[in-house]
Amino acid sequence: MRYLPLVLANLGRHKRRTFFTIASVALALFLFASLRTVVTTIGAYATWGNVRRLVTANATGIVFPLPLAYANRLRAMPGVEAVSWANWFGGRYGDGKRFFANFAIDPESYLDMYPEVLLPPEQREAFLRERSSAIVGVRLLEVFGWQLGQDVTLQGTIFPGDWTFTIRGVYDVTDPLINDDMLMFHHDLLDERIDRAGIAGWYVLRINDPGGAAAIAKAIDDQFRNSSAPTKTGTEQEFNASFATMWGNVGLLMNTIGLAVVFAILLVTANAVMMSARERIGEVAVLKTIGFSDRTLFALVMLEAGAITLTGAVIGLGGAKLLYRATNFNAAGFLPGFDVTTGTLLGGLAIALVLMLASGLAPALHAARLPVVQALRHVG
Amino acid sequence: MKIPLIYNVRSVFQRPLSTALTSLGVALVVAVFIGTLALANGFRAALTRTGSDANALVLRRGADSELASGLSREAASIIAASPHIAAGSDGRPLVSPEVYVLVPLGRIDDTTKVANVVARGVSQAAWSVRANLRIEQGRRPEAGRAEVCVGRRLLGRFPNTAVGDRLRIAGRDWDVVCHFSARGSAFESEIWGENEQFMPAFRGEVFQSISFRLRDPAAFEDAKRALEGDRRLTVDVQRESAFYVQQSQLLDRILRILAILITSIMAVGAIFGAVNTMYAAVASRAPEIAVLLTLGFRPRSVLASFLAEAAFIAALGGAVGCLLALPVNGIVTSTTNWASFSEVAFSFRVTPGLLLAGLVFAVVMGVIGGFFPAWRAAKLPVIQALRE
Repeated sequence: MRYLPLVLANLGRHKRRTFFTIASVALALFLFASLRTVVTTIGAYATWGNVRRLVTANATGIVFPLPLAYANRLRAMPGVEAVSWANWFGGRYGDGKRFFANFAIDPESYLDMYPEVLLPPEQREAFLRERSSAIVGVRLLEVFGWQLGQDVTLQGTIFPGDWTFTIRGVYDVTDPLINDDMLMFHHDLLDERIDRAGIAGWYVLRINDPGGAAAIAKAIDDQFRNSSAPTKTGTEQEFNASFATMWGNVGLLMNTIGLAVVFAILLVTANAVMMSARERIGEVAVLKTIGFSDRTLFALVMLEAGAITLTGAVIGLGGAKLLYRATNFNAAGFLPGFDVTTGTLLGGLAIALVLMLASGLAPALHAARLPVVQALRHVG
Repeated sequence: MKIPLIYNVRSVFQRPLSTALTSLGVALVVAVFIGTLALANGFRAALTRTGSDANALVLRRGADSELASGLSREAASIIAASPHIAAGSDGRPLVSPEVYVLVPLGRIDDTTKVANVVARGVSQAAWSVRANLRIEQGRRPEAGRAEVCVGRRLLGRFPNTAVGDRLRIAGRDWDVVCHFSARGSAFESEIWGENEQFMPAFRGEVFQSISFRLRDPAAFEDAKRALEGDRRLTVDVQRESAFYVQQSQLLDRILRILAILITSIMAVGAIFGAVNTMYAAVASRAPEIAVLLTLGFRPRSVLASFLAEAAFIAALGGAVGCLLALPVNGIVTSTTNWASFSEVAFSFRVTPGLLLAGLVFAVVMGVIGGFFPAWRAAKLPVIQALRE
């Protein structure tokens, strides 16, 4: 540690070079953290799900509805504690450029089903009472600058016409993976206004024993196998996982780009460390002459490289973590729960260490092995 | 007077390692730039090729996708009788009322991973309405039979898609009787069967869209006005080409923003690298520069000379980047198009224009990175530098 002033002095000699090199390492690790977080967020969503919730959808495909009459039969299944349902609405607001999810829910049972959705009791009462009302997520309220009590009109794309709802509740979420970017309204209202009444998009069930999930799911699907609308039942996690796979090869794409980014920055750092070392051949010779060991000189170059990459890493990784947290980023509703994980931060630090080794090793070895007499000739 | 470029080229090769590292850094940025935009290009190309200017697409009014739409048989027969529809060689109108649904298919490598694939029920005329369609193997599905034709891009990605196989959809078995290609368009990611067969199997007595060939493509507005103004109908009429452009917009925009964001952050890093390299170059060649200035070369010439050097290093990197990115051309990938909720397979498209953009981008990075060092070179105090 007593060589620290020497390392700092060396770093300070080309202030601009040191700054630019640290900045490029910081940018690279910021980018790395961002790309990784896309992958981890999708991954987290794919494994998320309450073990006591099942989802029943139409076996022919998620776009096909199920009869509303299934609700009672599902409720009567052994092991099923509660049943709720929802229907994708697909309404557009304004010019439709800012997409958000909106669907019709069976209000009371749905809110009971998802304790993760927090609604103040008086707002909950108001929402349940008024059939033409809706609840929206805190984020959505903010995005459009809506107010509690305001009327908002969506244009139906699947269910034609203008649909006006009064915002009676603003919900928050306890789990960041639940979207706070949605609008939900009464299924009754939808059912009343459309030609094809008596349909539900999907059912959510609460079961009493998570261990029995597979058996209950099978029993449900068996019961409806030969009906007009056969079902496909799975845990909430399986349902989410099937959505997550829709992203396709995003993971591969992000990892490939991340690799290219890291490699590009390795080149920049290696070049900078090499340039500094080359300029100081004479000094190294002097240090050796006055008694610095080869090992110390090796360590000095490595420390300098490490100071650059680790400082850059801390700035880049910390910046990513703080930025996404402070701006509450969720990619316009596509990636709720976007947060740089500890694993990503550790991975970034590991990359910084690798950068240090890869960029510092050659110059450090060179410094350590330098023949003094020859090098002293460089000293003017 | 200008300093000959050969001076810079030779100088660059005096420091081969430093030059190589800087160039490679630029090369990687250019490769990512081209790669990510090739992805966006490929997706957009697949969707825009799907639609034709000569065709019109009818959806229920307000529906923003085929999935959201619904049209009755009555509406279909009113539209089929429109005088704006071209007639086929057999004299019958080139119109196809279509059933459009998404079916979950398990992927071939892991059948528990499911993709939403488009199943499209078409009329016999549909094969002529879409001009680019070609049966690659087998024969068209026959009317009245549970037969399907599978788009070329589904092969090898989903099981039971070979000709002669039986594909299970909506609880029924369908004989795969052909494969078709459609010039790389999104149709190639679809399964086609007869609309009258698909109707009872899926959504019942309702079509999702009606496509027809315009008798006179230039008179599209007339056709649109006539159908949208018809009181018996509540429909929107669009050119098929415009519809597919709109379907591609959401994801295309996301991909492009992502590409620009990633590459601009990378570019800043690469520019910093170029700045470092060029400052070092200027510092180590201070005596040379002083000589040049003493000889009577103008500071402006020195500035231009060093800018050219930086641009040259970057252009080398740009060329390498193009070479690195070239192999992604044609790689098939797939993703869900969130506008239609269906999976679309498409290939990366590296175009000459994109390669050129990559090279220009590289040179711009070099010039930006080289500017301040070159400025310093031009402003070098001559006397002091000569003493070294």
